[in-house]
Amino acid sequence: MQKIYLDYAATTPVDKRVLKEMVPYFDEKFGNTMSLHSFGQTAKIALENSRQVLADFINADLNEIIFTSSATESNNTVLKGIAFAMPKRIHARHMIISSIEHPCIDETAKWLSRGFEVTKIPVDKYGMINPEDIKKAIRPETVLVSIIHASNEIGTIQPIAKIGKICKERKVYFHTDASQSFGKIPIDVKKMNIDFLTASSHKIYGPKGAALLYVRKGIKLVPLLHGGGQENGLRGSTVNVPAIVGFAKAVEICKKEMALENKRLIKLRDKLIKGVLKIKNSYLNGHPTIRLSNNASFRFDFVEGESLLMQLDMEGIACSTGSACSSFKLEPSHVLLATGLKPEQAHGSLRVSLGRFTTEKEIDKLIEVLPKIVEKIRAISPYK
Amino acid sequence: MKKNTCSSLYTKKVLQTFKNPHNYGKIKNADGIGKVGNPVCGDVMWLYIKVGKNEKITDIKFETFGCVAAISTSSTITDLAKGKTIKQALKLEKDDIVKKLGGLPSIKYHCSILAVDALVEAIYDYFSKTKKEIPADLQKKHDAIQKLGVKHP
Repeated sequence: MQKIYLDYAATTPVDKRVLKEMVPYFDEKFGNTMSLHSFGQTAKIALENSRQVLADFINADLNEIIFTSSATESNNTVLKGIAFAMPKRIHARHMIISSIEHPCIDETAKWLSRGFEVTKIPVDKYGMINPEDIKKAIRPETVLVSIIHASNEIGTIQPIAKIGKICKERKVYFHTDASQSFGKIPIDVKKMNIDFLTASSHKIYGPKGAALLYVRKGIKLVPLLHGGGQENGLRGSTVNVPAIVGFAKAVEICKKEMALENKRLIKLRDKLIKGVLKIKNSYLNGHPTIRLSNNASFRFDFVEGESLLMQLDMEGIACSTGSACSSFKLEPSHVLLATGLKPEQAHGSLRVSLGRFTTEKEIDKLIEVLPKIVEKIRAISPYK
Repeated sequence: MKKNTCSSLYTKKVLQTFKNPHNYGKIKNADGIGKVGNPVCGDVMWLYIKVGKNEKITDIKFETFGCVAAISTSSTITDLAKGKTIKQALKLEKDDIVKKLGGLPSIKYHCSILAVDALVEAIYDYFSKTKKEIPADLQKKHDAIQKLGVKHP
């Protein structure tokens, strides 16, 4: 049976060109970057070249780029790093996040609320933030605003540059989780007034195990991992050179192919949306136009998401319902609830995310198969 | 490398049952209808029974809004209850369903409980409709289900 992968927002396959680039760093150029000998220095050169690629891609300086193992680690590092850097004598401390963050921001902020007050900015029915709401929420005690650039669940893209400007004017640090947008939307940290940025290798056809944390120079963060002094003392651990080399290669490919690839994906995405919305009682989640080129998130009345997913899986088609990370919880997606949906509406969601290897044939197959599956599930449902 | 056979979410039997569920649909003029669960949680089961001579369940159908486990357990309880007497059907427990399905992930156990509850409620409804005396243990079970607040719109 033909297998169709349409869950690129969860993770992506490593591009063959990336894999080729990585291989020597496993068994030939395997040195520890902290070693002074030639093995170490060869590895160090590869690390620093990779760092340059990442820096150039977002218009950052070389020493503002830190490599971590994952976006989750990067996000934890920013929020906790800022929190732990605050002198204890400050009693009133305040953080602002959106109501549609990825669990790694949500849960970290929740944990920090023992010593911080956390305000969650609401979103409209499209999942869009009004920057004025952030302006109103900023107080003298506010130290950090963290807003996801593009939603992993519903694809809506936030007005990051506007938010960055507000934060700069009010002298508050601004972090954005760019895991889904990096490599798809051009990012300039200087122009957009971004102080911290998170990005992930495995979302852009690089390997798992490497991620980016951009930290504007001059900002003090307490490390999560104390140790050997790697990454400017900010992240102790032997550096994962093969993964970082892969990450950098993935970025180089994105740089070249981003514009054309987006055009191609938007065409396929919109064809899919048009086809799927022909199904009765079906809806698009997120903003109709200001959305990621590869994200098509739907919901269907009278249908439960896991059943939908498994029926699709049985046809060889892989999608997701809500975020991959929340698929084992028994709660409906907090992102969908934040857009104003009722729990029973949020349960019937299907996230389709396209990618580099998605073909028009695959989209056609999904458009063909989905109505029958929805009909079958509705036949079993008490609600029609 | 030793093969880990417990790694997948659902057993083959669960997935087969889900793919081809038995006895789904409505029964017009059912002798008893049991409605449990609520759409907020994402699990709703409606069970219809037809009771014949000697209090045998001659027909049973289900309608379920829910996940793979919910649909499989609904289908399974209809298989287990069909042809049984009311008395025998009331003896069915969640473990009978789980056994027939070859296992359920622990976070999905509540679906097997819900299926049993749906049957209990359908039988309770049958007793109420026919104005028969409700056995004490059935009343107890019904009260416990109602207490859980598993009401639905």
